[in-house]
Amino acid sequence: MSGIVEILISVFIVLGGVFGLVGSFGLVKLGNTIQRLHGPTKATTLGIGCALIASMLYFFSSKGSVSFHELLITLFLFLTAPISANFIAKAYIVRNIERHELPASGGEYGWSVYDDPPALNQEKENEGARPGSIT
Amino acid sequence: MIAIALMIAYACFGLGLLFCLWRIAFGPTLSDRILALDTMVINLIALLVLYGIWKGTAVYFEASMLIAMVGFVSTVAYCRFVLRGDIIE
Amino acid sequence: MIGRLIPHPLLSVTLVVVWLGLVNTVTLGNLLLGAFLGLVVPMITAPYWPNRPRLRRPLVAVRYVLVVLWDIIVANVQVAWIILFKRNADFRSHWINIPLDLRSPEAITVLAGTITMTPGTVSAMLAADGRSILVHCLHTEDPDHERDRIKQRYERPLMEVFE
Repeated sequence: MSGIVEILISVFIVLGGVFGLVGSFGLVKLGNTIQRLHGPTKATTLGIGCALIASMLYFFSSKGSVSFHELLITLFLFLTAPISANFIAKAYIVRNIERHELPASGGEYGWSVYDDPPALNQEKENEGARPGSIT
Repeated sequence: MIAIALMIAYACFGLGLLFCLWRIAFGPTLSDRILALDTMVINLIALLVLYGIWKGTAVYFEASMLIAMVGFVSTVAYCRFVLRGDIIE
Repeated sequence: MIGRLIPHPLLSVTLVVVWLGLVNTVTLGNLLLGAFLGLVVPMITAPYWPNRPRLRRPLVAVRYVLVVLWDIIVANVQVAWIILFKRNADFRSHWINIPLDLRSPEAITVLAGTITMTPGTVSAMLAADGRSILVHCLHTEDPDHERDRIKQRYERPLMEVFE
């Protein structure tokens, strides 16, 4: 394994560690729950992305074969992180925030946590409107 | 050199796990605890991947992928339980 | 004929690629098995995909993905910086309400995911009728500017791709 590749791998590993640490530190440091949501969804995801890139480089340089597993894990995490963040935000809003503390939705219907979606037949009329069952 | 970098990263992610644990223990709201659990799972995956580099084998990828999936599903299940009082309707 | 055999070409391709990634070695046997999965799974699950999203302009989609990847990296550095070096008292956190012009559920899902992954914003909730999205901003001086930026940078290309 050549020196440059080794340095590159080390840099990625350390970068991953630092970003992971910062994300988790944000969990402790930030003031309220919604602010805390920002740390893990971003910093930690990049941290793990760096670790996976390092691992890919390592196995490529030591075994000479490209491994797709890391790509799959990265893709999976990048796809699921926003969804779990969204769910956690909703769970928080439902239990801790009153309707009047949020800005108005500006439309006919309020936010989906408080208001029921338009009835099914209406939904077919304004086609393409999101079914409210995805809560 | 990679060994030193791995040690540093282990320390970082380990410390991150401790931070999450702190949030789980003292988190004022339920959502904080769910978020901390989610972050813990992500840190764990990173630790496993780094351990794979350390040992030079690829066997740990299946494990980390499974942990990623189970972690995501459990986070969603927790949140759904909080939102609806039920997981499967 | 092709349409009935491969009801959802994008899903089929994704399945083949994911299968090859899972077994981690590209051999003829694995490719055949992957192709078999890519053919059978969409056929079985076709009833669950009543209206399939159609990608109008693949090139715009590719550009969008690259822009978002770049923004994710920038976002991470920004958020890490904010977490480390800003006192909690200095935060100007805002809830922003963004009215949506997008209508298709897939496009809205992609937009919500993008907002969460990119600088300092987390998408929290949709209006019950899907006409606007609630976004939380970690630190911004000017919420209106942030809203315009999201509409310009992310919603416009999504409009071109999906509608």
